Amino acid sequence: MHNKEKHIVIIGGGTAGCVAAGRLAREGYRISLIEKDKKPGGKINNWYQLFPDRRRSVEVTDYINKEIDHPLIDLMTGTELDKVKYKNGKFSISTGKSDLGQADAVLIATGFDLFDATRKEEYGYGIYDNVITSLDLENMFHSGDILTTKEEIPKRVGIVHCVGSRDEKVGNFHCSKVCCVTAVKQAIEIKEHIPDSEVFCFYMDMRMFGPYYEELYRESQEKWVVNYIRGKVSEVSENIEGRLVIKAEDTLLGKPIRMEVDMLVLMVGMQNAKAGLNLQDKFGIQTGVNGFFRIRDNHYGNNLSNVDGLFYAGTCTAPMNITDTISHARAAAVEITEYLSKN
Amino acid sequence: MKLEGKKRIWSEFQKEIPDDHFFYVRSCIRQSFFPGSEQFFLKVLKEDLGKDIFEDPNHTTCTGIGYHGDVVQFDTIQTVVARHFALATEHGYKDVVISCVTSFGIYEEIIETWKHYPETLEKTRENLYKATGRVFDVPDSITHSSDIIYKFKDEIAAKAKFPLIDHVTGEPLRIVEHIGCHYSKMFPKYGVGGAEFPHVLIGMIEAWGGEVIDYPERRHCCGFGFRQYIVQANRGYSLSNSRKKFVSMQPYKPEAIIANCPGCTMFMDKWQYTIKEMDGMTYGQHGQGIPVLTYEELAGIVMGYNPWDLGLQYHNVQSEPLLDKMGIKYDQEEKYLTKDGKKLPVPKDLINA
Repeated sequence: MHNKEKHIVIIGGGTAGCVAAGRLAREGYRISLIEKDKKPGGKINNWYQLFPDRRRSVEVTDYINKEIDHPLIDLMTGTELDKVKYKNGKFSISTGKSDLGQADAVLIATGFDLFDATRKEEYGYGIYDNVITSLDLENMFHSGDILTTKEEIPKRVGIVHCVGSRDEKVGNFHCSKVCCVTAVKQAIEIKEHIPDSEVFCFYMDMRMFGPYYEELYRESQEKWVVNYIRGKVSEVSENIEGRLVIKAEDTLLGKPIRMEVDMLVLMVGMQNAKAGLNLQDKFGIQTGVNGFFRIRDNHYGNNLSNVDGLFYAGTCTAPMNITDTISHARAAAVEITEYLSKN
Repeated sequence: MKLEGKKRIWSEFQKEIPDDHFFYVRSCIRQSFFPGSEQFFLKVLKEDLGKDIFEDPNHTTCTGIGYHGDVVQFDTIQTVVARHFALATEHGYKDVVISCVTSFGIYEEIIETWKHYPETLEKTRENLYKATGRVFDVPDSITHSSDIIYKFKDEIAAKAKFPLIDHVTGEPLRIVEHIGCHYSKMFPKYGVGGAEFPHVLIGMIEAWGGEVIDYPERRHCCGFGFRQYIVQANRGYSLSNSRKKFVSMQPYKPEAIIANCPGCTMFMDKWQYTIKEMDGMTYGQHGQGIPVLTYEELAGIVMGYNPWDLGLQYHNVQSEPLLDKMGIKYDQEEKYLTKDGKKLPVPKDLINA
């Protein structure tokens, strides 16, 4: 059978889904790319700049859009998968709008959801006015104004790492990997916008795993004088002037600390997307203890699912940065190509 | 501050509170220091709300103070609590209402232990039977007495003669609520409103017309902490925690503190006296102290009960400034008289007296 006669359905039009779609289309496969939002790109559309080089995220969005600009890709935005039938290694798939016919392979690239910060009640997100998330701060960077709810420039900003990550209380044991370096990046951006501000990062461990991350961390301290305090914030409240009062422990000094800040940024972690988890029963796929989709092998099968012909790409399998997501999506394309050449 | 955010949390932490037929267990501290509170609770439930509430004179301390003070073993306290359950079982009650936050936390801890480690339940049954010949059923529900007042807060509001409103200005009175660590910090699911923004006292205060103050040290422990005050050398730690709260709430000009826990009520009241003796500081308005009331005492004055029948005169910080704000009339001559007209000794150096 010629490649063009083979049909692949990709669920999720974020970074992973789009990159894999582009690769597979260039191999000559017919692609149905389903995206529930109105436009492709996924979470990156919400981000302002990317670590470690602080490039504008729109440059990566442009790359993604170019990837899917191919006649063999049928991009269906505002669309969600409805029904699936699986027989003899083939999938019959329909959306709420149309029947997609038979697919020879399916790629799940449903990505992640940000942790719901209201679940960490002690931080008061959704209650105290100037407790925001890392995503809220990105939106402020987009708008160009970093202001408190009283429209004042914050002079002192706290950043809390690991919100919803490495946290048994909320059922998330896993590290979300990218929050530490996001905090470093955002701390620098705050200092750029408000040079006379003070920024304090409250961390458990600084996990600078990627290339140039450690350098960015060092720059944040040497050039931008960002303060790093090894300890978790235990509670947040508001004083009579509306400033936030935070309690934490400085584990290096071995002392509890109490501090007032004008704004507190919560580095919300990553969880498997609800939209992805909704597919679990439809496809009969499994999740691991971390809630992400369980890959067939941790070392050489990290795009493979427990269902033949069904593959994974990107952060539906584990927290990843953009670089690793793109690599994972390209690897998925290779796996699918190999699978279809055998079947 | 966004109230909607708190409301969302409150909606997530709503517990099932039984409606009737309660087995009541008293608090060691409350029946000694605030006896009017428990009397009021029983009277309101029986006479005003027409509920069946039963207490057995054979009920004892839960030994919680000894347990948290590290002199009573867990096996022992489980057996003591099992004996309380046996009393409830013998009288045909399945819903236990507890007057003390410490006991409430202990009962929860024990029941949760039994759920997770069923062998400890069997061992406790064996220990109790060997020691007393009694058997017991694990209760259907464990409720704190503030949960019951919370459940009937609107019925109490309907009977209010003196709502929590400044009778001169018409403004709501600003009230501090203090929940007590063992009410919901150990098991948020058992507390009305959870651990971070508990609603049990807020619901009462708002239903009765008051305004709740959310101040920075609201969640902080009162300092009672058994090992703080039992060990004399640690008492300064207990005091400094209460002081931290008073300093934090002072700018909001609270008219009263309403506490959930016997220990918190006692220490937030008595430490104000101690601080005044030590450095002359008070934290209320016009050089006064801040009256500290139990939720039953608050409900009582709202309903128009005689403050001296409620026992407000037995506090260190006297409540007259609050009563005056609410427009409640009281007779100073009756303050230290027994019901049969005998004069009680009048304590010296009380605050607000």
